[in-house]
Amino acid sequence: MEQINKQSFSQKLKTYKSHPLSFFILILVVLSVVITVGVLLVLVVYVMIRGIPNLNAGLFAWEYNSDNVSMMPAIINTLIVMIFSLLLAVPLGIFSAIYLVEYAKRGSKVVAVIRITAETLSGIPSIVYGLFGFLMFVIACGFGNSILSGALTLAIMILPLIMRTTEEALKSVPDSYREGSYGLGAGHIRTIFRIVLPTAIPGIMAGVILSIGRIVGETAALIYTAGTVPGVATSIFSSGRTLSVHMYALLSEGLYTEQAYGTAVVLLILVVLINTLSGYLAKKLTLKQ
Amino acid sequence: MKKSLQEDSSLQESVNINTISQKRKTITSSAVKENLMKGVFFLTALTSIVAVALICIFLFANGVPAMAEIGVFKFLLGTEWRPLNDVYGIFNMIIGSIFVTAGAIIIGVPIGILCSVFMANYCPKRIYNFLKSAINLMAGVPSIVYGFFGLVVIVPVMQNLFGGSGKSMLTASILLGIMILPTIVNVSEAAIRAVPSSYYEGALALGATHERSVFFAVLPAAKSGIMAGIILGTGRAIGETMAVIMVAGNQPVIPGSLFAGVRTLTANIVLEMGYATDLHREALIATAVTLFVFILIINMTFSLIRRRAD
Repeated sequence: MEQINKQSFSQKLKTYKSHPLSFFILILVVLSVVITVGVLLVLVVYVMIRGIPNLNAGLFAWEYNSDNVSMMPAIINTLIVMIFSLLLAVPLGIFSAIYLVEYAKRGSKVVAVIRITAETLSGIPSIVYGLFGFLMFVIACGFGNSILSGALTLAIMILPLIMRTTEEALKSVPDSYREGSYGLGAGHIRTIFRIVLPTAIPGIMAGVILSIGRIVGETAALIYTAGTVPGVATSIFSSGRTLSVHMYALLSEGLYTEQAYGTAVVLLILVVLINTLSGYLAKKLTLKQ
Repeated sequence: MKKSLQEDSSLQESVNINTISQKRKTITSSAVKENLMKGVFFLTALTSIVAVALICIFLFANGVPAMAEIGVFKFLLGTEWRPLNDVYGIFNMIIGSIFVTAGAIIIGVPIGILCSVFMANYCPKRIYNFLKSAINLMAGVPSIVYGFFGLVVIVPVMQNLFGGSGKSMLTASILLGIMILPTIVNVSEAAIRAVPSSYYEGALALGATHERSVFFAVLPAAKSGIMAGIILGTGRAIGETMAVIMVAGNQPVIPGSLFAGVRTLTANIVLEMGYATDLHREALIATAVTLFVFILIINMTFSLIRRRAD
């Protein structure tokens, strides 16, 4: 069977000879893939080649000053912002997803509204989040330009992502697990926390890591909420810039292109790590099924 | 001795009674716990509704009064943006956003769709894994890095090819076209894979080549899913900020040619928010409101189309 269906290269060539349109399409398809991968390769390789020689100890000094333009404080700020926004968004997102998957009835109006709003949230551009965070947290709540304002803004921004990935992870847990647990006399809550959530953990983690990626890469939502102070934030009420904002600040000052290359390298390495980890976890979830 | 025995049995009984009441307590308490947790889950599920409501309230409450003060038509259709003279018209920026987004679609959509066709119908498993992670990586690269890449690679190339500063509508469109690729590829790949394989097999059986079967039998069936991907990409492109301000030139005029600078709605907000006060600031918030309404319309179209696709 396989043997019959298989076409040799020369056979394929013959078919394409008599079907020029097909051949033309084939070329277009291959070309577009080459362009896509090529652009990514050029981006990564170019930034690495120009950036890695610019990495020096000064860029990773603990203290920022205008001589070394260290990105270390920005990295620490990124971590702080990340932890606070995850602390908020992860429980909220997971619990929302639990409600949607384990409790909500089919065709419920509330659930429809929740889904529509979550979809809306994931489509809102980051600059709009930035302005909203500025209006609500910085001005109305009086937090000022601070890590707290930034983390709150980002928490809302990553909420739909965590909700969606958790929902998918929960849905991928087979119903027989739940039935088995009920059969042994466990209640709904116990089933969720002891059986369903542990099984869905890799999928949830993949979502959390993806949202870490978004936090690390976010600029527009943070410029006017967390602010652009280059030092390490001393409390959650003080301003501090994250790595991406740091890079933007370097570029807009226009004096520090080399350092910007260095920052880009660090950002890219982080993103590659984050993607690999998230992909690995997602694969783990699908293998389990 | 007897007495102590009696005491003992009564004690035992009381112990038993205790356990029964305890049992009852645990049963009711677990029911309470179940309901309580259900309530908690429900309340957290409402967060996204609250968030959207808050975003709408804060943006509209701050932006609409400014629009009223400037005059809605003057604001939306005014072609002059001179904050120093309190003249605020964002028509040029609206046009700028539309032009740049249209350019990004013209560049990104064909490449994206062809790429998703390759992933769904052409590529062997080993290449597929590599391609998929490459696309995911593309989706994960921060927009500021894209902007930087545009600034140090695409802008000089455009300078050499077409002269001028290199920061232009075309440059912005190319960069955005690249940035929306992963969105389009992922959504339309899923759409293509959802088409039953009998479509493809039927076309093959009728004597069509692989390409003909894919492009004239499978793709039309995946049309609405692919449309959804394009619309999602449009939303991404129109909302993109940091990459665009690096390469678009940011002049608040209607671009005379592909090679002229352009300012988008998003760029307008980021560039001036830092120092804007009073009416100027409110005009910027009103700009965000305009952008927000655009996005809402795009999102609604997206969910309508996707619901039809399902």
